[in-house]
Amino acid sequence: MTTTLQRTPEPDLQRELQEHQLPTYLPKAILVGAVLAGVALTVAGPLSIAQAVIVAWLLTWALPIASRVVEGGRKAADRTVTLLVASAFGLALIPLGSILALVISRGGPQLNAEFFTYSMRNVVGEGGGIYHALVGTLLITAAATVISVPIGLFTAIYLVEYGAGNRLSRWITFLVDVMTGIPSIVAGLFAYALFVIFFGEGVRVGIGGAVALAVLMVPIVVRACEEMLKLVPNELREAAFALGVPKWRTVVKVVLPTAISGIVTGVTLAIARVIGETAPLLIIAGLTDSVNFNLFSERMTTLPVFTYFSVKFPGVPPEASIDRGWGAALVLIIIVMLLNLVARAVSYFFSPKGER
Amino acid sequence: MAKSIDVSDLNIYYGDFLAVEGVNITIPAKSVTAFIGPSGCGKSTFLRSLNRMHEVIKGAHVDGKVLVDGTDLYAADMDPVNVRRLIGMVFQRPNPFPTMSIYDNVLAGQKLNSKKMKKSEADDTVERALRQAGLWAEVKDRLNRPGSGLSGGQQQRLCIARAVAVQPEILLMDEPCSALDPISTSVIEDLIHELKTEYTIVIVTHNMQQAARVSDDTAFFNLAGVGQPGKLVESGRTEKIFSNPDNPATEAYIQGRFG
Repeated sequence: MTTTLQRTPEPDLQRELQEHQLPTYLPKAILVGAVLAGVALTVAGPLSIAQAVIVAWLLTWALPIASRVVEGGRKAADRTVTLLVASAFGLALIPLGSILALVISRGGPQLNAEFFTYSMRNVVGEGGGIYHALVGTLLITAAATVISVPIGLFTAIYLVEYGAGNRLSRWITFLVDVMTGIPSIVAGLFAYALFVIFFGEGVRVGIGGAVALAVLMVPIVVRACEEMLKLVPNELREAAFALGVPKWRTVVKVVLPTAISGIVTGVTLAIARVIGETAPLLIIAGLTDSVNFNLFSERMTTLPVFTYFSVKFPGVPPEASIDRGWGAALVLIIIVMLLNLVARAVSYFFSPKGER
Repeated sequence: MAKSIDVSDLNIYYGDFLAVEGVNITIPAKSVTAFIGPSGCGKSTFLRSLNRMHEVIKGAHVDGKVLVDGTDLYAADMDPVNVRRLIGMVFQRPNPFPTMSIYDNVLAGQKLNSKKMKKSEADDTVERALRQAGLWAEVKDRLNRPGSGLSGGQQQRLCIARAVAVQPEILLMDEPCSALDPISTSVIEDLIHELKTEYTIVIVTHNMQQAARVSDDTAFFNLAGVGQPGKLVESGRTEKIFSNPDNPATEAYIQGRFG
């Protein structure tokens, strides 16, 4: 028997490597088929939408089963897990989608020029708008940001640049963690108690709402800034030190500019987190039908509080007020979405260039 | 203007751990001194103690004397920030500031300290530093582009330009070529030859040929075992250390024999 180098692969080996492959169009075909079957069953009448969705979902299991038969265990497991993950994603989208659909369908018709430019002063029944609540939300949130960003940023700078794991910084970290868990109503009570000391019982003032929101924002800002500052490579600090740059200048001119995009993003997300707070503002900022530009005197309405009272105490007849509540809710969602877009734009434009 | 360094009985600690023990060495002015030795023997630690950079690490401290032209860097009234202005440093990995352009990176020493400069003066400084670092021809048309967009070798030369732009007396280099290809390495070695006419240069290297090529003096560091402090075994003219060292450990290391 002579031994030669085999140029062509053995037929068995070739089949071993190539076989057992479902056609690549099959997953898409099964998905489309399942959707069509669901639609058909709904249109034809025997099933409700929810039932049809469940039937369609069950039909998609044809793919892992076919895979089990044709492709074997490993690929079947892969397809099963892919299907499960995609299902979980779809499930998570249901509440998001239905909230958006509901708020847009009920609130969308309310959005017009009058809605944005009129307050509720002397309005009974139809008409009126959210101008006063919009002003209140923007002013109180802006004030809360002005209070909490310096505190949070300086705390984070201390923790990362100066504390370096000493006892004080460990305590601060612990207390920040505790603060993260403060219920928002407690923050409102705190702000109320604080302002009662100076202005007496029954005080209602916009800046108090800002203080309550700041209490909620500070731990978020600290956490976000801390993580961002930690991401700045130590080599950059050493490079600055080696040039004879004092530590505080290194922090201000090297560390902060390098981390600025992440810090701005973190702050924006913290704003988005507190802008929808209702409970603390109910207590300390109160409710009014009039526009109030002065943070330091009188009541101030915000969008969440406005929504709450519009829906909870609509008056008679209730429809117009409830509709205004939906409109305010939609505006709030739009503001939060805009803030997220701003955060993305900022992190895109401020991040260090060059490696892209 | 370059200055010499005299180190006597220097012990370097990280917290309670004695990392380098009993270093006595004289580093002459306007020459290149190379530190060689196995990893973990304290070359870099010792180098960083020469401009008080090791204090950046929490708990690190020294005792002993480091005299630069007779002035003790570790005297009680010395400010480490001023020491580092006098003694510049180039690191193992290139570390240009990612938020700054090439131009601003070269001027980082001045800009970060908010030193007022006329535009023409600043331009001159940038050109002089980049020429010294052998980078001028490659970047003169894109000074406003980010420094992090350069190649690794160019970034390292940018860091050298940044270090010489503040006109230090002494330049410390911690394995400046370890992340670079042979061509960039040879560019930087040529640069070291040119820089030594103006600066005192101390370089840490793992590359024996590099030490032989660029240095006038060589110091060999070694450690007795894991957990033991590193020690300066011997130092002297490079030709002598490489051809006829006094200590058998030096000879073994240079010839690649271990254990």
